[in-house]
Amino acid sequence: MKITLRGVRGSIPVPGPSTVKYGGNTTCHEVRADSGDIIIIDGGTGIREVGNELLAQLPVKVSIFITHTHWDHIQGLPFFLPIFIPGNVIDIYGSFDPVYMKDLRSILSQQMEYCYFPVRECELAATINYHHLKEGESVQVGSAKVSCIVTNHPVLNFAYKVEENDKKFFFTGDYEPPVNIYDEEDEEYSGYQELINDQQQMLVDFIKDADVMIADSQYTAAEYPSKKGWGHGTFDTNIELARVANVKQLHFTHHDPTRTDDQLEEIFAEVMARDNLPETEFLLAKEGTVIDL
Amino acid sequence: MALNRKKLLEIVDTIPAFPQSVNQIIALTSRADCPPKKLVGVIERDPIVTIKVLKVVNSAFFGLSKEVTSVQHSVVYVGLNTIKNVAISVAMSGVLPKDNEAGLDMEAFWKNSLAVGVIAKMLAEKHRVPPNEQADYFVAGLLHNIGKVLFAHFFPGEYKEVLDKSEKEKIPLHKVEKELLGIDHCQLGSLVAKEWKLPDNLRQCIRAHHTMVNDYGDNILLVAIIAASQVNHYINGSNQVLRRLPKQIEDYLGAPMLEVAESLTNLDNEIKKAQSFVDVS
Repeated sequence: MKITLRGVRGSIPVPGPSTVKYGGNTTCHEVRADSGDIIIIDGGTGIREVGNELLAQLPVKVSIFITHTHWDHIQGLPFFLPIFIPGNVIDIYGSFDPVYMKDLRSILSQQMEYCYFPVRECELAATINYHHLKEGESVQVGSAKVSCIVTNHPVLNFAYKVEENDKKFFFTGDYEPPVNIYDEEDEEYSGYQELINDQQQMLVDFIKDADVMIADSQYTAAEYPSKKGWGHGTFDTNIELARVANVKQLHFTHHDPTRTDDQLEEIFAEVMARDNLPETEFLLAKEGTVIDL
Repeated sequence: MALNRKKLLEIVDTIPAFPQSVNQIIALTSRADCPPKKLVGVIERDPIVTIKVLKVVNSAFFGLSKEVTSVQHSVVYVGLNTIKNVAISVAMSGVLPKDNEAGLDMEAFWKNSLAVGVIAKMLAEKHRVPPNEQADYFVAGLLHNIGKVLFAHFFPGEYKEVLDKSEKEKIPLHKVEKELLGIDHCQLGSLVAKEWKLPDNLRQCIRAHHTMVNDYGDNILLVAIIAASQVNHYINGSNQVLRRLPKQIEDYLGAPMLEVAESLTNLDNEIKKAQSFVDVS
């Protein structure tokens, strides 16, 4: 498979000279299966460029997997041109929202209501199919298999794994590792910690030996205490995940929108100077990066 | 057919206590800094709420691959925020019986109660009531008509006649109740509210929401509920809109009804949101 990073920024697009190196588009990753099938994970603003390129090979069949429906993961969808062209088939996968009791179609079409966007969902000319996934379910897209697992975020979030020919690519979506809600002196502390450990083990088993992992690392360990509960991980939490899951290559992503290229590199250098890093290859996620697996 | 007061009181005695946990969940979750372990503690201490939270999280809507076996487990698995929302919905839906043989349309009942709750909360917001107190307005709206459900549940035969007569002769329900049963849903609700040890101002909302006087004293919650109920009637084009509102209600609304109704721009969405909470059982 061939993975292209199309959007690596968290929260909001931040174009401009200070972000041009790592990129300002919000979350989107493109995966081409060996069979040629097109998989896109998340529809942040990075998806627009993918759509433009696909115009050269119409009609297209595209499978889009949505981690969750926060803005920065869906805001590019209305600008993904293949949805407007008859003959294209777009399969959109994701979770039902069990809190709002809303399906994907309702959520996604709401961002195309007339007060937000001039074309309504029902006017889109491509054939669009919506599919709700359950945790652990997998979907065969050509020669690649995509499966999902729930990871902690303020809304139900799916992390996705794409597998093909013994190669494994994993993307966390937005993910904050669960923290113990009790204080060490509370009697519930150790029981709760066991639950967290079990949950982590489930995730580790899912990721185990991934060739490439792209992981939400919006914050530094120093920033984290004031961002607790916001739903994002840190460079260090992902390094640990990569260590226990024996990940070969890790791209830190979901860059905070306030970070300049220089700041990202400073943070990266500082993190890479830590003792006892695992053998994983570490990289800052960079828009346009192509990974051949 | 007037109801025997003794029997009434006996029945009121048998109604299960209004779970304290519901109040606590609403209070905790309306705080921006909702302390996770406190919320988990409140849910865990109420076995009914616990079972319901687990039922929701293990339902097909979540589609999890492993069974969630405890409240703590649910927080670790799907996150605190989601459990917070589930707890609110469960707390709301657990309060009242779901169906009855009297023919009281429960869906319409809920919709009306929710609408009044949401409007009351929105009005409170306009009056700059602090966010942690706004939940009281919502709950008061949700519960102000609870007497109707109690009638329908405990006196289905008698209440069916009341509902039929009110519908056929277009007489407000509370008047027919008084005429046929000797007691109206405000009084019955208030009796039960006393048993449940609900706060005084909330109990007054249940008891006096059909009482039209010029001065409601300092019970702003009651003023808000009457005002919200009138706004709701107005929006629905109901014949229960009063031609002249009591002075204090008029002052509270602060503008002509049309203007107030138009200013509640997000009402439909807020109601839908609240409804999705209550639907879950």
